[in-house]
Amino acid sequence: MSQFRIQNLNLYYGSFQALKGVNLDIPERRATAFIGPSGCGKSTLLKTLNRMTDLVEDCRVEGKVLFDGKNILSRLTDVNTLRRRVGMVFQKPNPFPMSIYENIAFGPRTHGVRKKEELDELVERSLTEAALWGEVKDRLRKSALGLSGGQQQRLCIARALAVQPEVLLMDEPTSALDPISTARIEELVLGLKREYTVVMVTHHMQQAKRVSDRTVFFLLGEVVEAGDTERLFSSPQDARTGDYINGRFG
Amino acid sequence: MRRAESLLLRIAVYGAVGLTLAVLGLLMLEILRQGLPRLSWDLFAWSYSSENQSMLPALVNTLTMTVLALAMAVPVGVLSAVYMVEYAHRGNRFVRVIRAFTETLAAIPSVVYGLFGLLLFVGRLHWGYSLLSGALTLAIMILPVIMRTSEEALQAVPDAWREGGFGLGAGKLRTVFRIVLPPALPGIFSGILLSAGRIIGETTALIYTAGTVAQIAGLRQSGRTLSVHIFALWNEGLAQGEAYATAAVLLVLTLGLPALSARLSRRSGHGGGKRR
Amino acid sequence: MRRGQTFERLMQTVFFLCACVAVASVILICIFLFSGGAPALKEIGVLRFLTGRRWEPGRETFGVLTMIAGSFAVTLGAVLLGVPVGILTAVYLSFFCPPKLRRVLRPAVDLLAGIPSVVYGFFGLTVLVPAVRRLFGGSGYSVLAVSAVLAIMILPTVVSVSESSLSAVGDGYYEGARALGAGHERSVFRVMLPAARSGISAAVTLGLGRAIGESMAVVMVAGNQAIFPKSLLVGTRTLTSNIVLEMGYAADLHADALIATGVVLFVIVMLNNLIFALLRRRRMKK
Repeated sequence: MSQFRIQNLNLYYGSFQALKGVNLDIPERRATAFIGPSGCGKSTLLKTLNRMTDLVEDCRVEGKVLFDGKNILSRLTDVNTLRRRVGMVFQKPNPFPMSIYENIAFGPRTHGVRKKEELDELVERSLTEAALWGEVKDRLRKSALGLSGGQQQRLCIARALAVQPEVLLMDEPTSALDPISTARIEELVLGLKREYTVVMVTHHMQQAKRVSDRTVFFLLGEVVEAGDTERLFSSPQDARTGDYINGRFG
Repeated sequence: MRRAESLLLRIAVYGAVGLTLAVLGLLMLEILRQGLPRLSWDLFAWSYSSENQSMLPALVNTLTMTVLALAMAVPVGVLSAVYMVEYAHRGNRFVRVIRAFTETLAAIPSVVYGLFGLLLFVGRLHWGYSLLSGALTLAIMILPVIMRTSEEALQAVPDAWREGGFGLGAGKLRTVFRIVLPPALPGIFSGILLSAGRIIGETTALIYTAGTVAQIAGLRQSGRTLSVHIFALWNEGLAQGEAYATAAVLLVLTLGLPALSARLSRRSGHGGGKRR
Repeated sequence: MRRGQTFERLMQTVFFLCACVAVASVILICIFLFSGGAPALKEIGVLRFLTGRRWEPGRETFGVLTMIAGSFAVTLGAVLLGVPVGILTAVYLSFFCPPKLRRVLRPAVDLLAGIPSVVYGFFGLTVLVPAVRRLFGGSGYSVLAVSAVLAIMILPTVVSVSESSLSAVGDGYYEGARALGAGHERSVFRVMLPAARSGISAAVTLGLGRAIGESMAVVMVAGNQAIFPKSLLVGTRTLTSNIVLEMGYAADLHADALIATGVVLFVIVMLNNLIFALLRRRRMKK
């Protein structure tokens, strides 16, 4: 089953075309990795999937992105509901300047959860899912900004999970972290992809190999090649893919 | 030759600093030295009379005036900063227009504000000399200060937090008010204190709007603030001692507020991303 | 969800309207000021109003030339006295001051900028006027006393703004000058000061604007005679003090003429502001 069907997508920042005729299916409950040199459009496509591109001025999109059979690029889409269903984790950990508990509870409260027991339960469950519960359960009322970088990023994952999304978008989630924290996040993603559709942008080919089931290679705003991760890395069909994964450029 | 030049420049620099510190130090010292000993309980008597120029009515009016003017200017100023920083598109022509007008507002001399308040609030709207007329005049006067400090405070909030809010499906309003505004509050507050200092220190804009009556005034009554009190005592040509005492109180008030404000803004400057 | 969106729209409109308040205020001020001053200007004649040397309300004779001269005289005096001292103080804070002392002095300067002008005026009245009287004779209420008070008043502003622009000059300039063998003082005055030129001229313009618009600190020490300021030791009357002194009892044409005085002041201040904006634009381009 496809979670997203992207059809003939073109995206422009002003007069610059960042995505050119992208056609792509993203499978449900699998981890998909977007790889490619910087500026190739992989992050842009990721942000299109929950319409974070709306925040960029002069950004214009053509084509279709079907989510659950509905075109999310339509004017009628309620972006807030879309973003609840399609959660996002950013490049740099961005916990809000409030307590750990409040960070997690912010999302559910936004979408109408008011009861304390319900919130307590959601907080515990999401922190557990993000493998952070044990470390923070005694300091839920402390500021989230006191956590280490790796903990902050797992908190952001927990925060995204707390609104019970179907998809988790991750934009180079380990690029600001040390190797040990990176390993923990990767481990986490391996578990999460059983429950959620995960789409991850990474500039680390080894990471894509370790974590993802499918890999998509981007170059200059185009999808060059998409396929099973193992196959794409072992026998790339396009010469440019081969050059990139063998480190000849990028 | 070079040595002589260096020496001369050095003398000029140290001389200037000495002069600056001496003059401003003398000012504060003189006012406090003359004023503080003249403070007495009589000066805080409930009402003013020509025998006892109590500053209490003026003190109360100063407080009322400050609260009133802030109550009018702060919501407008902060919300317009929200518009400018969070809603308007960057480089929008309208934003540039608002900026230019705000700067104009900040440059208008207080005597012109006084004339304007006299013509519009006292005259055209028939509110007479009253705290209300004065407070509205001052509210417009401090609006640029509130706007500028609030804008700076909002701009200092990292975009990552906004993205985090939007990414969770929170709408613009919720993101702005629950995520962006709280960390900006110390900066906004320091702007409010700065404005309070301006209100407390203002004289000219109030003489012909709030008037100079020495009574504890209601909204629609005329009442003098502390600054106006000093002017009035001078104008009547009597009671220099009381004027000194009032000036000392005013000095302490107006130096205390910005000091508080500087401390707050320094704290918010650090509080941006890292924990202490 | 629809309702949520309507609410978002509504609030956005509210914010927008708040942002318009500043614009509306400026427009209102212009309308009331200009329409209030227009009758007098029409009846007296703009040229006669601006070039008339006599201000005699009893005879319905209104000319503000002496006040314009007074305003310019005290402002010029304030700038001449205050600006060099202010800039040199800023130089000290930026290049000569031990860091520890700087951390105390820099905020202190900003604090002093918050002292109410009526306090400056009162200080002038009780300290400077007697001092001038003792040193130079006469009553002490004089152009010189006003200039001194205004110079002290604009000092914190000039120091603060100049210091910011001096600190903003890159260290590279200084190091480059030292590398060429210039001494500390020479490097500072020949390289750093010129590099911060536009910022410093902005500081001067700002101080100038404050001085020319000030009323309280002036009215208490100026003596307020509406005569031409031919010497530093005679009393003077400025545009601002003219309004403050007479607005309380003026009526009819007299009141209108005072508002027209305000119009003249407003125009002068706006011109000053325009220069400030142009200077800043030039600095931005650099």
